[in-house]
Amino acid sequence: MLEINNLHVKLATEDKQILKGLSLSVEAGSVHAIMGPNGSGKSTLSYVLSGRDGYEVTDGTATLEGESLLDMEPEERAAHGLFLAFQYPVEIPGVGNMTFLRTAVNAQRKARGEAELSSGDFLKLVRAKAKDLKIDADMLKRPVNVGFSGGEKKRNEILQMAMLEPRMCILDETDSGLDVDAMKLVADGVNALRSEGRSFLVITHYQRLLDHIKPDFVHIMAGGRIIKTGGPELALEVEQNGYADILAEVQA
Amino acid sequence: MSGAAATSPRAARRAARLQATAERIAGLTLPTVPAWLTPLRKAALDRLASVGYPDKRDEYWRYTDPDRLVSADVRPAEVFKITDEPPMYQGIDRLKLIWVDGVFSAEDSDPLAGEGLEITRLADSADIHWAADLYGTLEARGQKPVARPLAALNSALATDGVLIRVTGKVSRPVSLIYRRAGTDASVTMHHVIKIEEGGELTLLENGAVAARSSMVIEVEVGDHGTFHHVRTMGRDHERKASTHLFARLGKGSKLKSFTLSMNGRLVRNEAMIWLGGEGGTAHLAGAAMGDGMFHHDDTVFITHEAPGCESRQVFKKVLRDGAIGVFQGKILVEQAAQLTDGYQKSQSLLLDERCQFLAKPELEIYADDVKCSHGSTSGEINEDQLFYLRARGVPEQEAKMLLVLAFLAETLDEIEREDIAQDMRLRLRRWLERHS
Ligand SMILES: Nc1ncnc2c1ncn2[C@@H]1O[C@H](COP(=O)(O)OP(=O)(O)OP(=O)(O)O)[C@@H](O)[C@H]1O
Ligand SMILES: [Mg+2]
Repeated sequence: MLEINNLHVKLATEDKQILKGLSLSVEAGSVHAIMGPNGSGKSTLSYVLSGRDGYEVTDGTATLEGESLLDMEPEERAAHGLFLAFQYPVEIPGVGNMTFLRTAVNAQRKARGEAELSSGDFLKLVRAKAKDLKIDADMLKRPVNVGFSGGEKKRNEILQMAMLEPRMCILDETDSGLDVDAMKLVADGVNALRSEGRSFLVITHYQRLLDHIKPDFVHIMAGGRIIKTGGPELALEVEQNGYADILAEVQA
Repeated sequence: MSGAAATSPRAARRAARLQATAERIAGLTLPTVPAWLTPLRKAALDRLASVGYPDKRDEYWRYTDPDRLVSADVRPAEVFKITDEPPMYQGIDRLKLIWVDGVFSAEDSDPLAGEGLEITRLADSADIHWAADLYGTLEARGQKPVARPLAALNSALATDGVLIRVTGKVSRPVSLIYRRAGTDASVTMHHVIKIEEGGELTLLENGAVAARSSMVIEVEVGDHGTFHHVRTMGRDHERKASTHLFARLGKGSKLKSFTLSMNGRLVRNEAMIWLGGEGGTAHLAGAAMGDGMFHHDDTVFITHEAPGCESRQVFKKVLRDGAIGVFQGKILVEQAAQLTDGYQKSQSLLLDERCQFLAKPELEIYADDVKCSHGSTSGEINEDQLFYLRARGVPEQEAKMLLVLAFLAETLDEIEREDIAQDMRLRLRRWLERHS
């Protein structure tokens, strides 16, 4: 599904290297978790994959189902099935959440040569999915993320994911700022989407989310690289001992 | 002392200006109809003579060069035929009054009648007492504290316009449609509106008027009266327009005025509002978008004279390709106007680096128990918002359009009728599509 090979990324405006030879392979239908200390480059990886300005790829490749992501515009990547649930979802005053969702859904359908959803079908779909995530009608009417609590913003990200049905989902700290019940809702939302043709890359600091969303692999990222890969037990180890041992082990 | 003052450079400039003004006035010929207007025209000329033609050095003309609005020669402006979008206000039932190069066209217009309305064309009005009591009076009042020479000139020279007296709640809007025929017409029009106690009127204006136009509207809103005003200024690229809206509001009365400007070479829209009775509200809003040589100026003065009134100014401009936007807005709260609620916001969205937004927001408050706020910003499209939309699959151009419309949304909220607001949204969308 997603193949990242020897990816080197620096900031466009500064001589600061952030990703330093990152390689990762996510097979179709699998769930990979990435953990790692603050500033290790996890969000940068998610931004570079989704096409945000401000970064320069100096070496390496990233492909989604065999197609090179790095040459595509952000909207093309989305239409190809890539989705990023933002660590910090953006507020957009003046654009209604519903308008936003419908524009996005139809833009992607159009890009893929599919017919647009009628407003009736769209409404039905969005109401059903919003209900699962306990997002009320008022939140759908309000401008995108404006005045939403931290947890509401994260649930809104998952709603977008559920509506867009991407094949490669990157979740950047979707669990941070969520209370226990909201975490469960979000995890249920993600699990409902799990399928053979869909993969997840879950960036998190906490083992707790991974209790709900069982990963196939856990990667530890530090200094712009994956330094260790293991099974779910690796997340438990981090939870108990922190990163010191793992970092020491790699440096040794 | 007076001898010294007379020779100071400032006094000398003023004397020279008044001298030049007197010479220009001597060369003017006042229209002779309607007869009742003659003394009022002369009085207006006297006002102009005492303040002088505007000058780039005047406090409120620093950002906009008045010469192009008053120069003796009028630069021709091509008549712009709109073929790519439906006519304005289609499907909205209204009383249509059509003007061609500033002259009323009776054959194209609806009959001058309507329930709760007394409508007369200025150019062939007999001695209309209510209008004679009003014509030029708000304009005269508006000469202080800041001179409005273009408005005085308009009162003196106006050749046509409409006089509307509203005696009831009129639900069918009066729609003034300004068509152009000639490429070099310079048009001066003056409307007078009197809304009697409890009356209600919606006035729509659209069209580019002329190569150069001066338009004054004087509105007296009686106690508990309502005046809604929606204006679109046409898309003619070369036209120059100066407008003045003078309105005095009685107790518990309401005013809402919204203006949409697109393209054009030079637009100066002035508004002077007096909240003269307790509990009045005045909302003024403007959305302007233009590129290239576009120069758009909103100059707004709101005076709170009575207690417990609310005023709101929301002006937004979308500028690209070197366009210039100006906002000069003032909330003046007099001593008696306790419990005033004043709000002012002016913003511009600069789509490239060559554009400029010049803003002069002012508060002048003499009452102690008031709530007033103002804010002025200019900025570019927010990159984080743009990326967020694109990351969800919305193509860049469409994402930008959504963000521009979102930026302007707050001005459209000031339009009372949703069907009219919807029409405006369509215009904005089309403009953005054409210019993307
Ligand atoms: N646009 C930028 N300008 C300056 N520094 C940046 C920029 N983007 C990323 N960085 C730096 O790159 C490093 C990696 O940042 P990144 O946000 O990817 O870390 P992270 O692993 O997501 O951290 P966290 O766990 O705190 O979310 C940090 O040192 C950060 O300060
Ligand atoms: Mg991060």
